[in-house]
Amino acid sequence: MNPSSLVPFPPLIYLFAGIFIPLVTLRWRRLAGWLALTATTAAAFFSVINLLQVLKQGIIPYRFGGWIPPIGIEYILDPLSGFVITVINLIALGVIVHAHQSVKAEIKESRWPPYYALVMLFLTGANGIIMTGDFFNLYVFLEIGSLSLYGLIAVGEKKSPVAAFRYLVMGTVGGGFYLLGVGFLYLVTGSLNMGDVRNILPHLQVTAPLVVALTLMLIGLGIKMAVFPLHGWLPDAYTYAPSPTSAIMAPIGTKIGAYAIARIFFFIFGIRLITQIVPIAQVLAWLSAVGIIYGSVLAMAQNEIKRMLAYSSVAQVGYIGLGLGLANSFGFIGALLHIMNHGLMKACLFLVAGNFRLKLGHSRIDRLDDSLRRSMPWSAAAFTLAALAMIGVPPTVGFFSKWYLALGTIASRNWLFLAIILLSSLLNAVYFFRVIERMYFPWRGSSQKRTLSSPAPKNESQEVSLGLLLPTLIFALALIVVGFLNVWLVKTILTKALPAGF
Amino acid sequence: MMVNATTYTSLVPLLTVLVSLGAVPLIILSSRRPNLREFWTIAAGVAKLALVVSLLPSLLRHRIAVLNLGEIVPGVDLAFKADALGVFFALIASSLWLFTSFYSIGYVRGLQEHKQTRYFAYFAVCLSATMGIAFSANLATFIIFYEILTIATYPLVIHKETEEAIKAGRKYLAYTLTAGVFLIAAATWTYLLAGHLDFIPGGLLKNIPFEPKTAWSLFTLFLLGVGVKAAIMPLHSWLPTAMAAPTPVSALLHAVAVVKSGVFGVIRVGLFVFGPELLRRFHLDYLLLTSASLTIIIASFLALKEDNLKRRLAYSTVAHLSYIVLGVGLISSPALLGSLLHLAFHATMKITLFFCAGAIYVHLHKEKVSELDGVGHVMPWTMGAFAVGSIGLVGLPPVNGWLSKWCLGWGAVAAARPLYLIILILSGLLNAAYFFPIIYRAFFRQGETGKTGEASLLMVVPLVLTAILSILLGVWPDLGFKFFKIAHEVGRVIFGGVS
Amino acid sequence: MIKFLLGHYAYWFILALLVIGLYGLIIKRNLVKKVIGLSIFQVAIILFFIASSTKWGATVPVLTDHQEVIQSAAYINPLPHTLMLTAIVVGVATSGVAFALIILIYRRYRTLNENELLERLKEDEPE
Repeated sequence: MNPSSLVPFPPLIYLFAGIFIPLVTLRWRRLAGWLALTATTAAAFFSVINLLQVLKQGIIPYRFGGWIPPIGIEYILDPLSGFVITVINLIALGVIVHAHQSVKAEIKESRWPPYYALVMLFLTGANGIIMTGDFFNLYVFLEIGSLSLYGLIAVGEKKSPVAAFRYLVMGTVGGGFYLLGVGFLYLVTGSLNMGDVRNILPHLQVTAPLVVALTLMLIGLGIKMAVFPLHGWLPDAYTYAPSPTSAIMAPIGTKIGAYAIARIFFFIFGIRLITQIVPIAQVLAWLSAVGIIYGSVLAMAQNEIKRMLAYSSVAQVGYIGLGLGLANSFGFIGALLHIMNHGLMKACLFLVAGNFRLKLGHSRIDRLDDSLRRSMPWSAAAFTLAALAMIGVPPTVGFFSKWYLALGTIASRNWLFLAIILLSSLLNAVYFFRVIERMYFPWRGSSQKRTLSSPAPKNESQEVSLGLLLPTLIFALALIVVGFLNVWLVKTILTKALPAGF
Repeated sequence: MMVNATTYTSLVPLLTVLVSLGAVPLIILSSRRPNLREFWTIAAGVAKLALVVSLLPSLLRHRIAVLNLGEIVPGVDLAFKADALGVFFALIASSLWLFTSFYSIGYVRGLQEHKQTRYFAYFAVCLSATMGIAFSANLATFIIFYEILTIATYPLVIHKETEEAIKAGRKYLAYTLTAGVFLIAAATWTYLLAGHLDFIPGGLLKNIPFEPKTAWSLFTLFLLGVGVKAAIMPLHSWLPTAMAAPTPVSALLHAVAVVKSGVFGVIRVGLFVFGPELLRRFHLDYLLLTSASLTIIIASFLALKEDNLKRRLAYSTVAHLSYIVLGVGLISSPALLGSLLHLAFHATMKITLFFCAGAIYVHLHKEKVSELDGVGHVMPWTMGAFAVGSIGLVGLPPVNGWLSKWCLGWGAVAAARPLYLIILILSGLLNAAYFFPIIYRAFFRQGETGKTGEASLLMVVPLVLTAILSILLGVWPDLGFKFFKIAHEVGRVIFGGVS
Repeated sequence: MIKFLLGHYAYWFILALLVIGLYGLIIKRNLVKKVIGLSIFQVAIILFFIASSTKWGATVPVLTDHQEVIQSAAYINPLPHTLMLTAIVVGVATSGVAFALIILIYRRYRTLNENELLERLKEDEPE
């Protein structure tokens, strides 16, 4: 079989699953979860195949309907898209396995089929954005993903529709800005194919419409990525969404925006245009730097684990934005690595938050106590490991992100950014150790020393079932394994995924 | 005579790291059978010591064990190298771990401590990390184990889980994590300057053209990174606070493993990253000398007015760690010899003192110096050992402390910096001023203790042994592990022979 | 200058629509009016694409079967029009989801006014 014919499989599988699930489950409702699991497994499998293929033979384009670009729509499989799509589908796989049981607990049975269908559509959008080589196609996938996400958020607790509505307003405006930017770009270049635009741009004078196009696209995608100060939708959406939704959107949602920015600005517009002619990269870096501090500080003030994680996401997205904005190879590799690393960490943390909700009925920090270390030892351990990764303790993945980003800031002699990256890992320590202390140590009032003879608060294990625990632990384990694999990943994939000009 | 060291690949450095790590699951699995659990700790301790000792013969024939596990970040390998300095430090830590293990068993059982399994498990992890630090062949590997040590020590610091302990844990983390961050900044910067991070005797940055400003900033970053664990003032204040930990933890970690890792880091940074030439050229040695001297004097005074025995010992530790830093800063081969000997000898003496403090606490529940009247009559062996340790730290023969101090003083003279000789002498007097009253109280005053007899043998035997060891090393420094010879070898590698 | 202003009158009109849409989105307190603002915003973008492809005197881009020289100046660019068909679909879907959410919000909080909604949200806040 021609290897290029496998290229569009991941998004297509999700798309068909999204249509198929509601049909089949008209009769067999319980099948929905299994179908979603099958589709995700298949998509993850094909992503891996595609990645191996692209590493072997370089960039593989796929032309829909055989139309040659710029007329037809083209999918591009290169190391960058192959890497990100594999990461995202593997993370999605873990989350879906977990969702299999958490959906049962948090969502009414009658809503399972539409819920899973929306998850599939969301992943269609995510995969499509990654694969597409067409500006307008990207917009369509952006909206498919976002629209299904609004629905996924709104099935959560009481406040979730309000959060979803806010996200809808901001997300639609973001999409609109992006589309407007595409319009201006089309006026200037006369093409919507990314490769075509890349070839045309160097021959053009930098005119006002082009600058407007760049700015509008940055704002539009910045909203999706939740770059400070465009992150307003994120905290509420993450907090009030049901656990499976937060778990799938936290590691994937914002990363898609980050990927789109990396793809469009660094690969299509080129380093020279966005650093020397229009200071897009610098703006992105500075906004991200502010976002890192802002997110970390606000995360410290939160009393609900999911909300804390949401603000932490604002900060971590800042890492990615900062790495990209540095516009050097270390920063870019650091950003790509952090897309993966942060995806793994946040998936693990949100799964644990989901486990807490399932067993304790809440995930409020001030109501956690040291009974957890006995009742849910594995979830607590996974949380601790992920927290250490967020702080950046070696040999977890977080350390390596920090390492590359620090190299990037020093290479560009930007000491302030270096200080911000390092300071933020200390701030992470502050808010994560707050939770860890709660989980492991008796809190105020029980300051007298306990001896072996005194009874422990709760001895019986209340750990969640294996189906929930296994993905959580696999993510936790991955935080260390992937850490050791970082050189291999960087050497075999990421150095090939660098844009021209570094 | 210059002999170029050859290297050979060996699994031993990795095994020394893994052996205590491998004991962790065994310790956890046998948590319901304390005797079996403690057996694993002891077995791992014996195995670790045997492995480190097995490196000695070839090291003395100038053959260095290395092991390369492949790249951990691009351009930098996860690599181990058992050079003279590394083996020196590993020997100290692993031999004293064995003593501490026996002592710990007596201590935790005597107090019926809770969560003993966690205690022994994290202790083993800490020792693994310490071995990793000792055998790191480059800065990246060093940082990885350094950070693991930071995290693994935390559960031991907060072991008592009282509010005080949790606060101490927070302070400890705040200091050490910040330090780790500085170290990462320094390491990445070094990488961009030099293109690699391998420790090279004489300095990996030796041939890099530097501006004074860059050199100072980089060195300051490094010093902030390793200085926290080395408790250089003003970065020391976590150490007295961390005395909230159980005494064996203080004994091994806060007198040997953790703080000595910091000092070891200072030596690595000073002599293997920057190197004597750069230190001299940019007058970076003044930074070391000034901070170390100030720390020695101030910490001694603080020890003088501290009534809590363990905290007094902690301030004494702060002062003595800076002896070692001072020896590095003097950049002369006898001073370095003194530094290294003090690294080893201070460990044996201070661990004795901490053991004594712990034994008194377990047996008599006394923590304050002012309560120690007449303790010597009840616990003659313990207080006898305490006296030995004190005499050593003051710097009087025959206890080993005199030898290292002598070398340091000789180094100060050899470097033509007699000021630091004066500081050393002054500090010796201050040591006497804060240690001898304790001995006086214990033996020459009458007090009500309420109990008779010594603490459990599991505690008394180790502390008497470390005291005897201190005396023996003072008379015969090459005893057993050839500390003198290895320290001499380190000096030879860096300075090309003792003048 | 005047020529520039008049020559681009369509774009000024579109800009005005955009601003009106954003104004409704941000300033109006009623959720339904916000959605109306959103729709106006989207329509402005659609018009922008259409306007950009329009030219005077050009015709529908359909090729007749007999061979003749294709003069691209004689045809309107069809691409933006087709794109906007998709954009309209997206807009409809967005409005649909938005109204579904509004219905949900109204059922739970019995209000569509943002200020009242915020107050009721605060009442729910656990201590």
